[in-house]
Amino acid sequence: MHGSQPGGERFNAALNLQQTLILTVTLVLTGLAVAFAFRCGLFNIGGQGQYIVGSLVGVQMGVWFASMSPVPHVLLAVAAASFAGAVWGGIAGFLRATVGAHEVITTIMLNWTALWIGSYLVGFGGPLQDPKAGAVPVTKEVSQGAKLHVFWGSAVLQGLHIGFFVALAALVVYWLVLSRTTLGFEVRAVGFNAEAARYGGISVARNYFVAMAISGLFAGLAGALDVLGWQFRLDLTGIQIASQIAFMGIAVALLGRNTPIGVFLAAVLFAALINGTSTRNLDPSVFRPELAGNLTRIIQGLVVLFVGADLLIIYLWQLRRKLRLGRTKALPQEVPQA
Amino acid sequence: MIARADTVLELGRARIASPRAAAVLGIFLGLFAFWLALPPVAARSVVVPVVVGVVAVAVGVWVVSRGDLRPGWGAVAAGIVGILGGAFATRAATSHLDAVITWSALVAATLRFATPLTFAAIGGMFSERSGVVNIGLEGMMLMGAFFGAWGADVTNSWIGGVLIGMGFGAALALVHAIFSIHLRADQIVSGTAVNFLALGITGYFFVDIYGNNGTPDNLAGIPDVHLSFLGHVPPHGLGSFLGDSFGQLNFMVWLSLALLVLSYVVMFKTPLGLRIRSVGEHPRAADTVGVSVYGIRYACVTASGALAALGGVFLSIGFVHSFSENMTAGRGFIALAALIFGRWRPFGAFGAALLFGFASAVAPRLENVEGWANYGTLFQALPYVLTLIAVAGVIGRSIPPAAVGRPYAKQ
Repeated sequence: MHGSQPGGERFNAALNLQQTLILTVTLVLTGLAVAFAFRCGLFNIGGQGQYIVGSLVGVQMGVWFASMSPVPHVLLAVAAASFAGAVWGGIAGFLRATVGAHEVITTIMLNWTALWIGSYLVGFGGPLQDPKAGAVPVTKEVSQGAKLHVFWGSAVLQGLHIGFFVALAALVVYWLVLSRTTLGFEVRAVGFNAEAARYGGISVARNYFVAMAISGLFAGLAGALDVLGWQFRLDLTGIQIASQIAFMGIAVALLGRNTPIGVFLAAVLFAALINGTSTRNLDPSVFRPELAGNLTRIIQGLVVLFVGADLLIIYLWQLRRKLRLGRTKALPQEVPQA
Repeated sequence: MIARADTVLELGRARIASPRAAAVLGIFLGLFAFWLALPPVAARSVVVPVVVGVVAVAVGVWVVSRGDLRPGWGAVAAGIVGILGGAFATRAATSHLDAVITWSALVAATLRFATPLTFAAIGGMFSERSGVVNIGLEGMMLMGAFFGAWGADVTNSWIGGVLIGMGFGAALALVHAIFSIHLRADQIVSGTAVNFLALGITGYFFVDIYGNNGTPDNLAGIPDVHLSFLGHVPPHGLGSFLGDSFGQLNFMVWLSLALLVLSYVVMFKTPLGLRIRSVGEHPRAADTVGVSVYGIRYACVTASGALAALGGVFLSIGFVHSFSENMTAGRGFIALAALIFGRWRPFGAFGAALLFGFASAVAPRLENVEGWANYGTLFQALPYVLTLIAVAGVIGRSIPPAAVGRPYAKQ
């Protein structure tokens, strides 16, 4: 009886894994959005805005063109959303490249601009709001043909959509571009030392722009896959929650050390953390579920904090060695060599 | 004395004739054009703002033709804003305008919304001038907001709330300081981590202590400062304007203004300020002449946390009188932007904070007007777009302290 029937243990386990992997898709892509810019020496804190723009364009493209056949419709929506994300990221890259405006500031500004414009578009009386929804701030649902195919689990119960493979492919593309193309070489050269790269004949400005645009493309893609894969309509909460998703992208990139495999594993870890601490998954007698979400944030903060502090490891290691030295002082001939 | 007066006059004349001064005039004309169409003048004819706006644009074009590009384009932009805004306002119903524009209430609300940003921006200035990027301002504000409310609840006095909130903000800043100064971690990474931590810690304790009920209603609040004499200043119109704008402000608003002046004096007129700035510009040189780089940086970052927390404390027990999860909602980041917009100077940052505060003050009023609700939301995006444009070059490049973001390794 406890087999794969709804409510059975196996069924629930599968459901949880699907939920975790759906979140992984988002986190892999927002993680790559941060990681790619990092490799160029830029800190893309604007994943939020790029994600919002991508999901707005994605959902609207899904609502329009209802008569198109599914495959080109999905491709069109995803491409348009990624492009929008790339434009949003590219603005910051362009400003950094031309007038030297720091990308942290411009992306923060672009985040808030996207947030308020998105709230306006989706909000009550806004151009994208579903007129049938009354006062509820939500867009129309994307047409059936634009929804991504669900290959595992039920399409009604938020099964895993093919965006998962897109995210895996994005990891491969990330690796290929960075380590097997001239573009990637230039981006990494600028990231290592912009002055040296300039001296070597690489256009630093062009690479700043390209890197931010590609970063934005990843984040925009994440937004598109979310609205076409399982959300199907975008509401105000969805826009506001984007900030948390994008910030987790930063944690993912840092923990994954900007490598494709690291980003994937970090995304799975954080997705599992988030999904595992969601209220419906916790037994109130073990741990108060409403506290768990905040505990996740504390864990994320500590992870990022300690991942950033390489020196701490060296300090601790030296401390251990000193302690060992102190213990062996009685035997002066036996001092271990480093 | 006479000679000195002459030079002042001469300087004045040179200034008036310079294109830069003309550009400033043009910018003011552009804003004036908009103002003419708003209450209390509320010109009903489109011609008035358009004429004044066109003059502003003309001045701007003249300045551009003289080669002073940035201020010139600024004046042109202000003129266009004046024409468009004026045209829009003259077409709107007077009753709508009156509902939105009550200058005294707007001034008071602008100051109220700007205060948290001002505190955090001043804090950020100390940290960044000493060479430590502080992206964790947001988290430090949040710590102040929650622990300020908790402190006020526990000690049953607002002073206790302020002190406890500042203490926890400073404690979080100390974590940032240890990681970014001693452990030489990337300062942006450390700041981001600190933000996560604050979000989690405040959320955890909020849910744990207050649960679904929220903070108690009878939370000790920071008092308002009543200046009733302002209302009696002659003439009557001015008096009532002053009374309504400045007569009922919260104590923290005045404290932020006082701190603004104080921080300017400390940073630019005292030996301590010189040391802070030297550590931020060239730590090795400062170290060589005997300034403790680590000491200054630790003090500045911790102080920045306490100051940002003051902004948070004001939000929770001076303004809203309750705490909710993530209530700072990005204000720390806006303060950071205000700081950079204001070129790492206190009054510049305050000006930017006023701009953001003004937008926050106008937006809810627009939302209250029938049919304009949505424009209120859209309007909120305006200050960010303006900052983007400003950072992109209209006000010129803002140059950060030379050593900001770079960990310093002692030799």
